[in-house]
Amino acid sequence: MHFEYRVQGGDFVRAGQASSQVKKILKQLNVSPSIIKRVVVALYEGEVNIVAHAFQGKIYVDIDTDKIRVVLDDVGPGIPDIDLAMKPGFSTSSPIVREMGFGAGMGLPNIKQNTDKMKIASVVGVGTRLEFEVNLKEWWR
Amino acid sequence: MTVKDIVEALNLKIYSDSAGLNKEVTGGYTSDLLSDVMGNAPAGAIWITLQTHVNVMAVATLKDISAVILVKGLEPEANTVAQSNNKEIPILGTNLQAFEVSGMLYNLIYSK
Repeated sequence: MHFEYRVQGGDFVRAGQASSQVKKILKQLNVSPSIIKRVVVALYEGEVNIVAHAFQGKIYVDIDTDKIRVVLDDVGPGIPDIDLAMKPGFSTSSPIVREMGFGAGMGLPNIKQNTDKMKIASVVGVGTRLEFEVNLKEWWR
Repeated sequence: MTVKDIVEALNLKIYSDSAGLNKEVTGGYTSDLLSDVMGNAPAGAIWITLQTHVNVMAVATLKDISAVILVKGLEPEANTVAQSNNKEIPILGTNLQAFEVSGMLYNLIYSK
């Protein structure tokens, strides 16, 4: 199954809509709640990153029987130093965004922690592509 | 314990979604950082915060939070109320600050 969502930079009112849709789909597919939780945390953080940092973006979601694969592609300022961006607590968010309770430098680490594979590629001045995968089958099953 | 039990015990104001008052509460989480709540709040928790904007409802919905308590007399924004009613997650309020209401909620939940 393939789904696509558009995300508008700066539109905090609608931030989380894609995550909410994907949560619904995974619930309908009877994916275990603990796995849905991980996907939703990672996807929401990725979605908020586009809203907080980029001009616009697209989210591509592919679900098959074993895994969910998500690509978040944005047009934006890009990330000059990805290793630094991955450090917990590091953030380039604006004071307004921080006041809202975002921009604590926890987003990318949260994504890393909740996914089985994660990759970021970025070109400064062009945009960022974040890809992640979560296995939908728990290893003990 | 239900949201309603907690409203009565802590004398909380109900800002929105009285339909969700029968939800079961299994814990609490106090934080004003949305990513912290996203990463760490348990499902079924009451979330105590001073954030009043609509993203609170997005996080609360995604995390299956039972209800939100706004501290220090803060009131939710209009679109936050709308989303609360829509998603059936009540927004409650108190004049107490986060430390005080967290302590009371902790005793209430874990003494039973």
